[in-house]
Amino acid sequence: MVAVFFLALVAIAVAAYLAGRLKGQRLVAAGARLHSLPTYHGLFLAVACVIPMLAVVVAWTPLAPRVVESRAIAALPADLQPKSELEHDARLREARLVAVGQYAGAPSPGLAAAGEAYRSARAAAEVLLLALGIAAAAGGFVWGSRQLAPDFRARNRFERVTKVALIACSAVAVLTTVGIVFSVLFETLRFFGRYPWHDFLFGLQWSPQIAIRADQVGQSGAFGAVPLFVGTTLVMLIAILVAGPVGLFAAIYMSEYATPKFRAVAKPVLEVLAGIPTVVFGFFAALTVAPFIKSTGEALGLSVASESALAAGLVMGVMIIPFVSSLSDDVINAVPQSLRDGSYGMGATRSETIKKVVLPAALPGIVSALMLAVSRAVGETMIVVMAAGLAGNLTFNPLEAVTTVTVQIKTLLVGDQEFDSAKTLSAFALGFVLFFFTLLLNVVALRIVRKYREQYD
Amino acid sequence: MTDLAAPLTRASGAGLSPDAARARIRRRYRAEARFRLYGMLAVGFAALMLVVLIADVVNKAWPAFFETRVRLGVTPTLEQVSTDGKLERTSLMGGDYDAVLRTSLQELFPGVKDRASRRKLFNDLLSTGASAAVRERVLADPSLVGKTFTVPALLDDAADLYFKGLMTGRSERGGRGTLIPSATTGEITLTSTADDFSADLADTKRALAATARSLRREAERLLRSAAALPAGDERARLEQQAAEIVAQAADKEQRLAATGGAEPLDASEPSKLVVLDGGIIKLTSLGTNEATGIVLAPLASTQPAAAGSWKVVTLDQPEANRKLGDQQIAWLEQLRDKGLVERAFATRFFTSGDSREPEQAGILGGLVGSALTMLVTLVLCLPVGVGAAIYLEEFAPKNRLTDLVEVNINNLAAVPSIVFGLLGLAVFLNFFGLPRSAPLVGGLVLALLVLPTIIIASRAALKAVPPSIREGALGIGASHQQAVFHHVLPLAMPGIMTGTIIGMAHALGETAPLLLIGMVAFIVDVPAAVTDAATVLPVQIFLWSDLPEAAFQAKTAGAIIVLLVFLFIMNGVAILLRRRFERRW
Repeated sequence: MVAVFFLALVAIAVAAYLAGRLKGQRLVAAGARLHSLPTYHGLFLAVACVIPMLAVVVAWTPLAPRVVESRAIAALPADLQPKSELEHDARLREARLVAVGQYAGAPSPGLAAAGEAYRSARAAAEVLLLALGIAAAAGGFVWGSRQLAPDFRARNRFERVTKVALIACSAVAVLTTVGIVFSVLFETLRFFGRYPWHDFLFGLQWSPQIAIRADQVGQSGAFGAVPLFVGTTLVMLIAILVAGPVGLFAAIYMSEYATPKFRAVAKPVLEVLAGIPTVVFGFFAALTVAPFIKSTGEALGLSVASESALAAGLVMGVMIIPFVSSLSDDVINAVPQSLRDGSYGMGATRSETIKKVVLPAALPGIVSALMLAVSRAVGETMIVVMAAGLAGNLTFNPLEAVTTVTVQIKTLLVGDQEFDSAKTLSAFALGFVLFFFTLLLNVVALRIVRKYREQYD
Repeated sequence: MTDLAAPLTRASGAGLSPDAARARIRRRYRAEARFRLYGMLAVGFAALMLVVLIADVVNKAWPAFFETRVRLGVTPTLEQVSTDGKLERTSLMGGDYDAVLRTSLQELFPGVKDRASRRKLFNDLLSTGASAAVRERVLADPSLVGKTFTVPALLDDAADLYFKGLMTGRSERGGRGTLIPSATTGEITLTSTADDFSADLADTKRALAATARSLRREAERLLRSAAALPAGDERARLEQQAAEIVAQAADKEQRLAATGGAEPLDASEPSKLVVLDGGIIKLTSLGTNEATGIVLAPLASTQPAAAGSWKVVTLDQPEANRKLGDQQIAWLEQLRDKGLVERAFATRFFTSGDSREPEQAGILGGLVGSALTMLVTLVLCLPVGVGAAIYLEEFAPKNRLTDLVEVNINNLAAVPSIVFGLLGLAVFLNFFGLPRSAPLVGGLVLALLVLPTIIIASRAALKAVPPSIREGALGIGASHQQAVFHHVLPLAMPGIMTGTIIGMAHALGETAPLLLIGMVAFIVDVPAAVTDAATVLPVQIFLWSDLPEAAFQAKTAGAIIVLLVFLFIMNGVAILLRRRFERRW
């Protein structure tokens, strides 16, 4: 039905465009001098049809289900009439299942009537929507064609609509942020309504499973997120210890030493590494690196968990190398050549120039690159989901299993969940912490980069 | 710069003796070389990791692209394949094609008599999907009923792994002496004229010693961790466990120390199979020139076998650790010796959906799901992204509001992808009530995820078009929008396309947000519409990587290879576009 509606929309738009253009061409043929080209007359007419039609959909979408639902409920016999909100929803669900023919078993006559009412009401609603849409389009068409005249400013009218559409496109990006903030904020507030926020942020014990039974005594203290923060920090530190030096040295080598030929080979290598999906890194971490670390550790007489923080951190570090190196490459290249030339002129070697002139000058940029890398490492999900553990151990030992914020969000929200439990809501609280922590890092890092770029431009 | 001036003046070489100066220069040059080396090592490390990663995945993926089948001659009877004795398509659809294969296998192994073994013969060797091949042939040509023809029957994943050499290491050694079996079935004694079994005996002793050593080490490790614990139940349990392991080790060591006499072999030691005279014997105890064993496949006769006409096959993985027992392996060996086993390219991997049986699982469901999701993503994010870029770059007034939008877009590009999953869950699923697991919702979420990438790339492309183009268009009377849409945008298109392809490649590999909107369900059917329940390729990879069957590991790696191929193609196209259409103004 949706497809039929949109096909009609496209057909009407094309027809209106052609009609408008034809009218414009006729006016030209009749010897009139048009303000806008005939094409714009066509475009104007098409828009005049499409906008009312879309408006009908927008108005109809939230309204129609209500009408359909009330019809279905009304069709229920008196003894089945719902008495509470909960019963109302259950009856509706059943009626809907009957309507689409997926009801398990034979529905009672009353229910069958409701299902039939639901189905017919929905079918009527769809037909009505199409009819209303076409009527609206026709209205738009009539109004639009009356406007068309030699001195009509069709182009300006059309361009105004285009501009509004472009602004709407930019607004989507803003709305996304707003959507993220509100979706995590609301659920987080609901979570804090049930569980004190200070216990969440500073509690030392994380075991969300306990809270499945609300009547359980030991429920309090189960959502202490400190073990997750510590685990996240541990994995992130290992990753940065790998990616920081390697990425930075790679960037220095690529921008200061490498011949164009070497760069032509090495740059794609780093780009390929950057393009590998995180799930592939996760597979590599879980099935190759973790067993390798475990067997190596055990050969050395250490006890290593099969899902150690070290494996996840190392592989995450490898994943972030291209990120650090390309950001550092940018900031190193932004250091003016005159600073280097001055240093060479004093007799410094290349490495001395890099260490004492280039790096200090690029330091703010490098720091912000590392901050962005930290934000990337903290928010990374698949590697830790596949290679780090689930148990919230409060430990700084990289050979033990730890869990991270992202792992817990994934674990709490995947699979069947009741949307109202503290367990599910806690995932949103974790998402809230994650979002604002990374946002803070990003804002600060991007500001540093911006400020620093302007300095030399 | 004042802070730099001080060390430089101090470091000036005035007042140094020539030798000292030379030494210092040498030291500085060494530092230079060292620094350079670090840089090369860093690039080398990144390259090495890439090579190791890809080599590892390719190595693991290789077996997934091949499947092992056994060519069975089958004779479907009307009673077996038709539900009502007619040759109609509807009656043939419901036929018992497993029975056809079962009969065929039983004819190949007449020695297998009891019901339990017969069931094992069929269930452990053949895939549950093997009969599909017979069904297809019969449905395509009902006149085949009652005739004999050969079909390639798919082997079970365990049997497949055995033939790929992934289940156990396997080595063969020809016999040097003449071997005399005592009987053709049951428990028999094999006597060789040479000391043929001494090497096996030594092997077994070595394996015993190694096991004993690792058991001792395991016990030590347990005791160490027990010592770290406070006294209590946990500690006592660990100590008890350690004691049991020590006892096992002591038993092995005792057997190791005993010289002479027959060495018994049990299921925790590598299996030894003797292949002779069309039969297979599993050895249960070893002497130097004599061994006893159980016949797994009956011998043709008790004739002495000459040197070279018999062999000992060693399976390194002990029977207790294998999914297939020695009996099943003996059957597989016989099938192979008859030349019935074939290995072929696994087209099934690309043409079937997910399955609980590793040998039947394919990536088509994931591929189609990914394609549908990408379609939704592209349709949504390309117009919106380009529109936003055009507005911000060409029309937006420079004020605090647009500044905020810009900062917002840059930040959005760095938001962790899982947060977009939370958004999708809270807004699209719970608020708008869109269906779970659907490519529609996946596409929506990914469109929002790649939107900043596309906006940023498109803005860069628009910015790269020189103002002279715009001014030229405006100069001959075009409106601002005409100048942008007719002149600037077409010139920026290659750049925009490059950015879009890179963004789409990113979306194709994205997993985490899709997990949250429910695309992790086990779905066998290939999705047909954007509202059907579906999974995507990266999520399929994640799901398979979690499964315990060894065969799924290869499937996972195989799916990764397919995903990487798609990503490389997309990135390659992007690079090509950039090279082909890149313009320097």
